Amino acid sequence: MNLKKYQDVIVKPLIDENPITLQILGICSALAVTNNLSVTMVMCVAVISVISFSNLFISLIRNYIPSSIRIIVQMTIIASLVIVVDELLKAYDYETSKKLSVFVGLIITNCIVMGRAEAFAMKEKPLLSFLDGLGNGLGYSLILIAVATIRELFGAGTLFGYEILPLISNGGWYMGNNLLLLPPSSFIIIGLFIWLIRSLKSDQIEEDDFFVSKHSTSPDLSKREINV
Amino acid sequence: MNESIVKTIGVAFAVCLICSLVVSASAVSLRDLQKENKLNDKRIKILQVADIYDPSISIAEQFSELESKFIDFNTGLLMDEYNNFSIDDYDQIIVTKDPNLSSKVPTSEDIAIIKNRENVGKIYILRDEIGAIDKLVLPIRGYGLWGTLYGYISIEDDFNTVSGIEFYDHKETPGLGAEVDNPKWKAQWKGKKIYKDNKVNLAVIKGKVEAGDSESTYKIDGLSGATITSRGVTNMVAYWFGESGYSSLLRELDYES
Repeated sequence: MNLKKYQDVIVKPLIDENPITLQILGICSALAVTNNLSVTMVMCVAVISVISFSNLFISLIRNYIPSSIRIIVQMTIIASLVIVVDELLKAYDYETSKKLSVFVGLIITNCIVMGRAEAFAMKEKPLLSFLDGLGNGLGYSLILIAVATIRELFGAGTLFGYEILPLISNGGWYMGNNLLLLPPSSFIIIGLFIWLIRSLKSDQIEEDDFFVSKHSTSPDLSKREINV
Repeated sequence: MNESIVKTIGVAFAVCLICSLVVSASAVSLRDLQKENKLNDKRIKILQVADIYDPSISIAEQFSELESKFIDFNTGLLMDEYNNFSIDDYDQIIVTKDPNLSSKVPTSEDIAIIKNRENVGKIYILRDEIGAIDKLVLPIRGYGLWGTLYGYISIEDDFNTVSGIEFYDHKETPGLGAEVDNPKWKAQWKGKKIYKDNKVNLAVIKGKVEAGDSESTYKIDGLSGATITSRGVTNMVAYWFGESGYSSLLRELDYES
């Protein structure tokens, strides 16, 4: 049958239509939870399951949702799924849920989840929507894991908590980069990823929204007119 | 047809009903497990700080080796009973929200920024074979950079030497302030002294404790890049081992022994 269609919805969001690097969605949690790989992994699993199932359920009832309240219906379903995931984490992985704290709850506000619900699940069949959610979740995870690997390795000298580069403070030789442990560093790393991906895939480069004109005044300050 | 008011309300109602059922079902069915996790998490920290934690034995069994006591902060006395509270269920953090069971700490004295201090706390005692006190586990808390750090500190039977420290809840920056959980940093606390001439002298300093420092038994290495967290920990120790905290209890116990 139309196997290519199913394959596309999973593979395309990984690089070609990555929700973080192309659509610049879901940046907030990418900043917050990426200083430690094991925490990031749990967050990725949580986001993947929320996107996939919210897509599935929304797609199942898409023909019954009145358009006037469709956003609220989507939010209700997404929020319920997030609460369930949060409860499950608290019950079965308490340590990580403590570290993720509010960020599990904040999956509700992750733009990718609602973006996929509104853009895809409202129009497409359930199975396809589920796979689309899976693909987008994996695309999100790919970037998060890459960012977390860089941050944890060069910031704390560890991966999954295991020492790779022994820190000077622990008697080793590596001076950890403390900036990488702070959220703003993810901005820089994600920016570099976007640069890298767009250099390799030039079709992702957006056209300029406006044109920057050349300096119209003389650089010589003494000749410049100043209007008071 | 999809847009009629009846249908809109109907769909909204049905979605809310199903979602609320799913949410409450998961909350109710997982509640026991979550409660146990929370309790065990705290108990493991208490056992770790008393240095008797053994992951191969059940937590409840190990925990029963510790004796829990109420402590009245106003008199410094230990008590077996307090109102009608069962000692296992007594939560001294929750009672700080009850004005009858806690008192407001005057701003000038509130160096650890805890705002309200419970009138009666709960401590744990580890006894040796002959029944004498071996270690005390005392809860402490105080504000760091982003929020309150909650932890336990254990004291040797001279009532002045630290045996260990553990935090079970905090919001400090991972890699910086959250290094309060670093085993190497925590290990330095063992053997440090709290009081000098009846005053709390133990402090987390800025930078590293220099070799040969005559005061080194009162100093802990600062957490690099986390000055405010380090200061918070110092203030926490100063508050809880000061007059409004455990000092009268420790003096009393020291006098008795």
